[in-house]
This record gives sequence, structure tokens and C-alpha cells, in this order.
Amino acid sequence: MAKVSFKNISFKYGDHQILKDFSLDIESGEIMCLVGPSGCGKTTLVRCLLGLNKPETGEIYVGDTCIFSAKSRTNMAVERRNIGIVFQDYAVWPHLTVSENVGYPLKKKRVSKAEIAQRVADTLALVNMTEYANHLPSQLSGGQQQRVAIARALVSNSDIIVMDEPITNLDAKLREQMLEEIREIQRKSGTTVLYITHDQQSALQLCDRMAIMEPDGTLCQLGTDEDIILRPANRFTFEFIGVSNFIPVEANGGKLTLKPEGGSFPWADGVLPEGTDLSQGLEVGVRPNDIVFDPQSPLRAVVTRSVFLGSEYDYFIQLGSQELRVQQNTLDAARYGIVKEGAETGIRLLNYRFYPPKKEVSA
Amino acid sequence: MSHKKDLAAVDGRRFNVDGILTAVSVVLLLIVVVIPVFSIIYNSFFYKGQFDPQLFIGQLTDANNLAAMWNTIKIAFWVTLLGTILGTFYAWLLGRSDIPAKGLMRALFNIPYMFPPFLGAMAWDLLLNGRSGYLNKALMEIFHLSKAPVNINTLAGIIFVEISYYFPFVFMQVVSALERMDPTLEECARIAGAKQMTVIRKITLPLVVPAISAGALLIMTTSLAHFGVPSILGFSQGIFTLPTKIYAVISRSEGSFEGIRQGAALSIMLVIVVSIALIIQKKVLSSGSYDIIKGKSMRPTLIKLRGAKIPLLVLCIATLILIVVVPLVMIFLVSLVKAYGLPLVPENFTFNNYMKVFRMDGTMNSIFNSLKLSIGAGIICMFLGTLIAYVVQKIKPKGKEALEILSVLPYSLPGTVLAIGVILAWSGAIFGIKLSNTLWIILIAYIARYLSFSMKSSSAALLQVHPSLEEAARTCGASHMESLKDVTLPLIRPAMVSGFFLIFLPAMREVTTSVLLYGPYTRTLGVQIYSLRDAGMIPQAAALGSIAIVLIIICNTIVTEVTKDRKGV
Amino acid sequence: MDQVVLRHVTKRFTTKTLGDIVAVDDFNLEVHDGECFSFLGPSGCGKSTTLRMIAGFEDLSEGEIELCGKEVSSKEKNLYIPPEERGLGMVFQSFAVWPHMNVFENVAFPLRIQKVNKTDIETRVREAMKHTSLTGLEKVFPSDLSGGQQQRIALARAIVTQPKVMLLDEPLSNLDPKLRETMRFEIKELQREFGFTIIFVTHDQSEAMAISDRMMVCDMGKIMQIDTPENLYNKPNSRFVHSFLGESTFINVNIVDGKVYAQGDNENPLALDIPKDADRQMVVATRPNSIDLLGADQEGYPTHIEKRIFLTDRTEYIVPVGEQKLKIQTPHRISFAEGDACRVRLISPMWYPMEDEAAEKERQRRQLV
Repeated sequence: MAKVSFKNISFKYGDHQILKDFSLDIESGEIMCLVGPSGCGKTTLVRCLLGLNKPETGEIYVGDTCIFSAKSRTNMAVERRNIGIVFQDYAVWPHLTVSENVGYPLKKKRVSKAEIAQRVADTLALVNMTEYANHLPSQLSGGQQQRVAIARALVSNSDIIVMDEPITNLDAKLREQMLEEIREIQRKSGTTVLYITHDQQSALQLCDRMAIMEPDGTLCQLGTDEDIILRPANRFTFEFIGVSNFIPVEANGGKLTLKPEGGSFPWADGVLPEGTDLSQGLEVGVRPNDIVFDPQSPLRAVVTRSVFLGSEYDYFIQLGSQELRVQQNTLDAARYGIVKEGAETGIRLLNYRFYPPKKEVSA
Repeated sequence: MSHKKDLAAVDGRRFNVDGILTAVSVVLLLIVVVIPVFSIIYNSFFYKGQFDPQLFIGQLTDANNLAAMWNTIKIAFWVTLLGTILGTFYAWLLGRSDIPAKGLMRALFNIPYMFPPFLGAMAWDLLLNGRSGYLNKALMEIFHLSKAPVNINTLAGIIFVEISYYFPFVFMQVVSALERMDPTLEECARIAGAKQMTVIRKITLPLVVPAISAGALLIMTTSLAHFGVPSILGFSQGIFTLPTKIYAVISRSEGSFEGIRQGAALSIMLVIVVSIALIIQKKVLSSGSYDIIKGKSMRPTLIKLRGAKIPLLVLCIATLILIVVVPLVMIFLVSLVKAYGLPLVPENFTFNNYMKVFRMDGTMNSIFNSLKLSIGAGIICMFLGTLIAYVVQKIKPKGKEALEILSVLPYSLPGTVLAIGVILAWSGAIFGIKLSNTLWIILIAYIARYLSFSMKSSSAALLQVHPSLEEAARTCGASHMESLKDVTLPLIRPAMVSGFFLIFLPAMREVTTSVLLYGPYTRTLGVQIYSLRDAGMIPQAAALGSIAIVLIIICNTIVTEVTKDRKGV
Repeated sequence: MDQVVLRHVTKRFTTKTLGDIVAVDDFNLEVHDGECFSFLGPSGCGKSTTLRMIAGFEDLSEGEIELCGKEVSSKEKNLYIPPEERGLGMVFQSFAVWPHMNVFENVAFPLRIQKVNKTDIETRVREAMKHTSLTGLEKVFPSDLSGGQQQRIALARAIVTQPKVMLLDEPLSNLDPKLRETMRFEIKELQREFGFTIIFVTHDQSEAMAISDRMMVCDMGKIMQIDTPENLYNKPNSRFVHSFLGESTFINVNIVDGKVYAQGDNENPLALDIPKDADRQMVVATRPNSIDLLGADQEGYPTHIEKRIFLTDRTEYIVPVGEQKLKIQTPHRISFAEGDACRVRLISPMWYPMEDEAAEKERQRRQLV
């Protein structure tokens, strides 16, 4: 295990600038999740770390070793970087058995046969694949193949293991299970893990810390799960991390007015934090489960759709003519009653945050 | 180690491996493809370094040549049309109806695909030769006819024999399209209220049109370039096609340069005909390929034939007897007969022909030549094809399209044309290298002709090898070369092996190219049979033909066994 | 009136890998007029086979099927009406739009087969295309359209003949999650417009719950329960239905002297009312969001937080109960740290007998089909 540092990495693909001056430190022994929408450059960053892409500028350190530096023209060969990788498509070699797959990195390091056998057996035990040692990958399920890939990355005691969307190809139930296993394996082996995903849910379940990347390849927030959810740094993080509603707001003196499409509602409950920048206009962002029904509230909305989803009710309501999403968990629904389609009711907003409106995307 | 050196090492190593691979494939393609093709064009239009279209124009306006061209077109047209109909009909019958014994019949329908058509032509010539065919004689005797009732030595006869060997092209394409087709496409039409027959007409047939046209294209190009059948059935009656005319011109000229130049000019005519046909085909059937393969794999619903079942089964069996059993039995029986013309009854049978054939000088020699050539071409193509496929798919140098086209081009060139190109190129014209009358010249022609087979096979396999498999090896500590050796090569090995056999089998029975290239000591198996027959030693030719068939069956069985459970990709 | 009636419908298969298998075992059900009825279950449960029998693509081993008051399949009477005469609409998972026809021709096909005259075809196709938001795409070929649009073609083609019964075979499974939700509403909208009865086959419980009036949950060729989504979620009659519909968390318990002990803990009983017919060993089932997580000073089963997962709209806690783990979901405002002592209280749990392992094995065997 080792600390990994990216320093001012820039990467261009043709004329397309993917990464610009990107810096990130991964502490030794932690699980760092790098989260961002597809195309934001997270895979490019990983390929730079592995040595499969060559950045234009910057430096990459693993521990104290400089594995890449544009300035000093250092670019360690892929095979000498000692970084384990787990790809989205598993990339286990179909012509080799499970133990041959796992033993391959050791074979390339000229480790003795006996030691290979021992370490392969240990690693397979760690990922619960001992009984499949002599199977071919084609005889394994997707989850099992991914475990082989993880074992192969673990076996040579790499400084760091990179996982690039490793669970995307698995079904929902198995995904959850794999996340728990990855966490467990990391705890036992103590390796540093860099986990890449576009799915914030799985990142939240797994990470020690998360790094959120914006579509243009900049790092927009780095922090623990609580930091990110309770204190999103900007509108992008807030939107990216979960379903959200945005309603335009007008601030007049201390008084706030909600200005959804086709309506105007004085909002007495609303409190604007000190020092909010009003120059670009204002919108309030609120999550579906932070809109609650309160028949007494003067904010009147009409329920247009109510769908029962088991653990929660999913509503579409209209405030003015703007559609908002509301979620009510089944327990609350049972305690406080559900609202029928077509009914008018009052709503209250909780845990809201103010953001400037989204800029029109320039061409 | 200094950092500077490190960077150079990474970049340098990659450049070296990939660069060398690219350069090697370019040079090899130059030798086997570019030079022969260039030689034909150059020699047709230039004489002693001067532009001289006289020869070409002369050949183009020659009445005999035009007649040959016309015959070529007529034969190809009818073979394509009727072969396509026949192939589609049987594909549907075996793919979608509840006719019994499907598996067995499918295997039997593929048999004509394995056998050299010129042996079939020989068999039919023995049966229905206008003067001395066995069946003709029998019919004349029974019905007291003064003339042979059926004459196979006609255009119609040639068309019939070619159809029986080429309809499997369409058959195989369509059967597999029908099998992979998403059955819900048809079920949907049923739900919409369409009856079974309407579904076939409106949905099934239009959906397999791309498969049909791909098969038809194969039939057409093969028939246009085909040498064996028209040469065996047509020569005696003066019926020529372009490929046989080229052969006639060259063999008449006894290897004189003038004759070869005439042949080259005729070759250009043939290439023009093939190209025009391809263009017309493309215009007529400009339908794109549909994505009809998706959804759950479900058994397609089979159509009940009810009352038509037995008649259709009888028809199938009759077809099989006519195209498979009759020619095989005929060749075998004639190989046993003491002298050609004697009735086919047990008293006239002997194994002497086999002894005689083997005692003859050329026979063993020709078998060994064919084995050497087939194995040699197979192995060389296997590696060269894989090399080119790797360069095109993975290294992707600038101009990779050109490489791809060059490796596929010789396949669409008629074998006769290719042979002429090789003769022109390697008879001392370049660096004084003279390969005529050696096995090398045939080998070069085979390599050019079959290269695309192994290239396509390896290419398909390489496409399946996701880059992450190689990258995973690199991150595990393998160098670029090591990742090729440990991961990529083992993964495409099955495809390489099947590429080898795809070349070995047709090369074993090859006659079109080698008949123009052989020398006194470099006869191939096909050429030997062909010349035995030409020399009137028909029972001996039949005997050697039987041996060839047995050889092919043995090889084919080995292939199926080898490729049956292939591991890996 | 009941639009679809199944009586003792049974289907037996013989497969090479599994031998004899009863894919559909004595199915009895009625689907009412104008209802949206779902067949829900894991793969290999018999839902698709049942649908194909209703459509007429499979014959029955036993029983009979009635469509719109008319018998269409009956083993006893040896009656079988082919699919084209059943007057159904059907939409498949694979879209099954014909790639050689443009959108208009695809939608018009059923009418052309019925020999409807040209002007009527024109108006009815345009009408169907309007309702499925396809207007303007008449001349386009399906391969140039997205998956969602292709499925809309399939829908338009199914409604153009105005069938009484619409069979939908996992119609949304090949679409991305966002589109799946929109299409769900569009299907409901079409049903409101045209008033047909829907049979909807799916393996996705949230989709089934969102769309159906009533649904059938089946497993291993047997009907487990037929009811409304709310009743199925709140009162599942078996452990299987409980775990298949929504998230579940189970505790195996022993009942000793009228007290309920979680396995692995014989000291602290769970404060639960024991049902009358309870065995000595039972399974208590509940939903992760139907558990109260309380401070150590309150009443409830004493335990501690083993693991906390912070998610966007809730926090998940893993809490040991005896030798088992309980999963709890709470809003962010209920906040504990890992290692904190706490108490838990189950809110109206369900009780089930212990499941035998044979059933689990059989389920896995069937999924190999």
C-alpha cells in the first residue's frame, strides 16, 4: 500500500482537452471513489496512472516513487508500475484457469513455483474462490469472474489497486453483494483502492472518501460521504448525487417568493442564508423526500400522479404549472396518510439549498 | 536507470514491435499480391516498354473470345438464379419446417461444398456424355433410340453440374440466418392476424434477403471464374468460357511469351466481367443488412407441412441422390472397370486401375506435391493472415484499409487470372528470379489466393480479444511482446487453426490455378486427375479421383473434430 | 366480464439438461375487463410460458383458456385457435419491429392483413401514431430509431387493431431506467384512452407494482399469491413473496416459554406478539424502513451499530441481532455512529415458517433452463 498523488495532470485527446491541471491525493490504505458522469475523464486519469495514456503535463507519484513526470521525462513502463487493475469487463484471460490467471503476475516477477502456489491459494481464499481454482473463466458467473480479477490484482501486493466500474456488468443484487465483499477484502488486505464509477450510490456504500468530477474534468468536491451529501459544494454535486427539484426564487428584502412556472407563491418559511449571492438570480433545490405534505401549509400543490413502489410512494405534484417530484416512505404514508391523485394539498420544503440558476449551455 | 532512458525505452519498444510487424506485412503483400496484379496490367497494355493497346483491342474484338465471354455470362446468370432459388427453398425446408431427419440432411446438403466440382463433372460426363455416356447408352438400348436422349456436353449440362455444387453457398447462408433470426419477428405478424404463408412471404423472406444476396454473390463470382466443369464438359464440344479459353490459349502457345500476353489480355476481360457483375449485383440488391439477431434465444416455431411432408421429403432425398450419391457412385464404379466403355457389372470389375495409378510415376509425386503445397500454403497463410489481421485490427497504421483490401483482393480475382499474374511476375521479369516449373510458383499463387481466408478468420477472433485483456497483462508485469505471446496468441489460436484448414482443404483439390502453373515434376493431385482423363485413361482418373475423395473425407473429419470444442474466445 | 380466464392450465416440458419439468402447474386466474394485471416472478417461474399459451404459441398439457368469453385453448376438447385468430395485441421485449418496413408500414401491417381499405388504414395508423408520439416518423426505418421509439412502434402496431386484450412481455426491460419510467406512464395513458385489458409480464417488482391494478406472483411454476400491489407488499403470504417484493430483512427466531429469541441470543427477547399457530422455530420478516432505531436509553432490543452507510436520501445501518444482521433504513435526521449502542423495535412484522433448502435448490435448477 502506498499514497498516490496526481499533480497537475493535463491530457488532450486530439483537440479535446480532457484533463486540465488535475491534482488529487489518495491516502495510503483508504478507499477513494472517483465519481463523475461518463465522459468526464475519470477513466483517462486511471489510464494515465497505469501508463496506458501519457499525460501532457504533471507528475504522478506512488509512494515516494515518481512513475510519471513530464518535466523530468519520466514514464515508467506499464509493466513496472506495480499497480493492480480490475476492469469493468473483468478481463480475465479465458484460456487460463482461475489459478493460472491469478498466478500470472507472480510468474512475470519470476517468483518461485512453490511460492506462487502458496500466494495464489492465499489470495483465492481471501476472495472465496478456493474451490474454483481449476475452473476456466467460462465456467464462472460474472460475479465470480470479477472476484478472479480482484484476486489477480491483489496477488502481487500492488501498491494500489484501481477498480474501473467493476460492478457495472453485474445484476442489482450481486452488485450490492460485491460492494460488501470489496470492502471486506480491502479491510483484510489493507490495500489502497482507487474506485472509479459513475454511480454515486455504489460510491457512497463503499468509500472512505469521494472525489466528485464535473463533466469538464475538474475536481469539484473531495470529502467524506457526509460532507458530500449534507454539504454539497455546488449545484453540480447536489444534482449529481441524487434526484432533485429546482424552483426559481425571488428575494425581495427579507421576503422570499417561490416563482415556479405559471405561479407565484409567497414563501414565509424560507430562510435565505447570510451572504447569498443574488447577482445571478436564485433557485432553491430540494430533494423529493424533503418535500412533505402539510394540509395547513399555504404552498398549495395538486397531486397529478401517485405511484406505489413498495418502500415508498412516488408522487408528481404541480406547483403552479411546474412539476415536482415527491417521495413519501411507506411508513410515513401509513402514519400520516397518502394523498390521492387529483387532490390539492399543502407542501413544506425541508433541507433546501440555494443555488444560482443553471447557465444556458453555450455552444 | 535514468528517467530519460526509461521514457525512450517505453516509446521505442512499442515502435519497434509494431513497426516491424507492419513493415513485414507490407513487404509480403507486395510480393504475393501487388507484383502479380501489376504484371498482368502492364503486360496487357505495354510491349517492350511502349504503350501498346493493340493486343488488348485485338483480343476484345475476336469473335471466339466474345463467344466465350458470352458463355461465361450465360452460365453464371443461370447458375446464380437457379442455385439461389434452390438453396433458399431447401434452407427454408430444413430450417423452418417439421421435415424429419433434419440434422442428417443438413450434413448431406453440405457435401457438394466439400468436393471438387470437376470430379462431379467427370462423373456426369461418364453417365451422360453425348456419345458414350453409360446412362445414355442404356437408354438408347432400352428405348431403341438412334441418338443420345440427354447430352451433358452442353451449356445446359454445365449449368446443371455447377448448380449442384454451388447452391450450398446460398443454402448455408440462409439456414444460419433463419436460425439466428429473432422468432418474435414472425410471432408478431401472427398476432397481427397474418396466416403462416403470409408470414413467410411478408416477413421471413424479406428478412433473409441479405443472406440470400450474400450467397448469390458468392455463387456468381465463383461461377464466373470457374474452370473445372466447363473444361471437362465443354472442351470436346468447343464450348469455351473465359477461364477455359485462357487455359486453351496458354497451353496452345506452349509457354511462349506471346501466348501468355494473350492470356493476360483475356484475364483483363474476365476481371472486367466480374467487376461489372459485382456492380450490377450491388445496384439490384442495395438492401442493407438488418439486425435480426436479438432477444431471447427461443426455438423458432416450426411450420407443420402436414400432407406435403412426404412428397417434400421424397423430393429432398431425390435431390440428394442426384447431386451427391450418383456422382460419387459413378466415379467409384468406373474406377473399378477394366476398360472404359465396358458395362458396369461385377465381372468387369478389378482393382488393377488403382495399382496402375500408383505404379505410375506422377501419381505419388502429385499427392505429395499437393500435400506439400496445401500444408505450406496453409501454414504460411495462417501466420501471414494473422499478422495482417493484427496490424489492421490492433496496430491500425495509416493506410490500414489499403492493407486490408490488398489481402482480400486476390480472392475476388479468378484463379486463372492470378496464375497468369504469377507467371508474368516470376518468370525472370523481376531481379531475374525465375520460378516457373517449380513448386514455389504454385505456392505463391496459393498464398495469394487463400490469404483472405485466414485473414478473415483471425480478424474475427482478434475483434473478440478486448484490449483490456492485453492491458491487464501489461499491468501484471508483462512486456508488450510477452502480452502478445501469453494472451493474444493463445486466444486466437483456435481461429488460426481453423484458418489453416479453411486453406488446406480447398488447396488439396485445387485445379484452376495449378493447371496453368505446373511443370513436369510439379503436378498437383487435381492436375494429375485432370491430365489422366485428358489422356483418355478414364478408369485410372476415376481411381485417383476416388482416392482424392477419401483423402478429403478424412481431412474433413479431422477438421470437424479439431474445431468442434475450441476453447478460448 | 372477465377478459382472460385460465382454468387448471398446466404445461410440462422435457428438456435435455433438466429432464421433465412442470413449467406451469395448475394455474387458475381471471383477469377483469380493463384491468392491468401483472405476472411477476424470477426467471423460470412460468410467467412467460403462461403468456405464450394465452397468445397461442404454446399448446397446453392440461386445462383451458378463455379469451373475451370465448374458449381458445382446451386440452380436453382438443381445441386450439391459432394466434392470428385470437384478436390480441402483443408487445415483446425485443421490440420485434420489422426492419424491412418503415414505421408507417409496420403499424399498418395488421390492418393490411385484415384488408381494411386504404383511407381507413391511413386515418387509423395516423391515430395510433399520434397516441404513441410517433407523428412525423412515418417514412423512417426502425434501425434509425432509438430503443424507446422502436418500442413505441410496437405499441402503435398493437393498438392499431384496437384489441380487447394486450399482452406485454417484458416490454420495458431493454430500455434504460429513465425511459422505462416514462414508457410505463405512456402505457397506462394508452390503456385509459383505448380501454383494453393488459397482461404485463415482468421480473421487476417495482415496475409491476407501479403499473398494475392486481398482480400474480409466481415461483417455480406455481402461483404464490394474487392481489393488489399494496396488499402484496403489506401482507405477503410467504417468505418468498416478502423477499421478492421490495427490500426485506429476516430474523430466524426460537420461541421459548412464550418469548421470542433471535437465534444466537438466548438472553434478550424481542418484544413481539406471537401468532397463534407458531412453530418453535420461525422467521420474522420486516422491511428495513419499518424498524424503529432508538437511543440506548429507550425500550427495545439492545444492540449496537455495526456499520453505517450514508446514502443520498437515507442512512442505512447494519445492526447485529443474535448471530444475524438486521438492515435498517432511516432518514438522515436519525443519526448514529458506528459502534454506538442502540435499541431496535420491529413495527408489525410478518411471521413465516422456516424455508427448507430443497425449495431453494429447485429454484436454482430451474434458472438454468
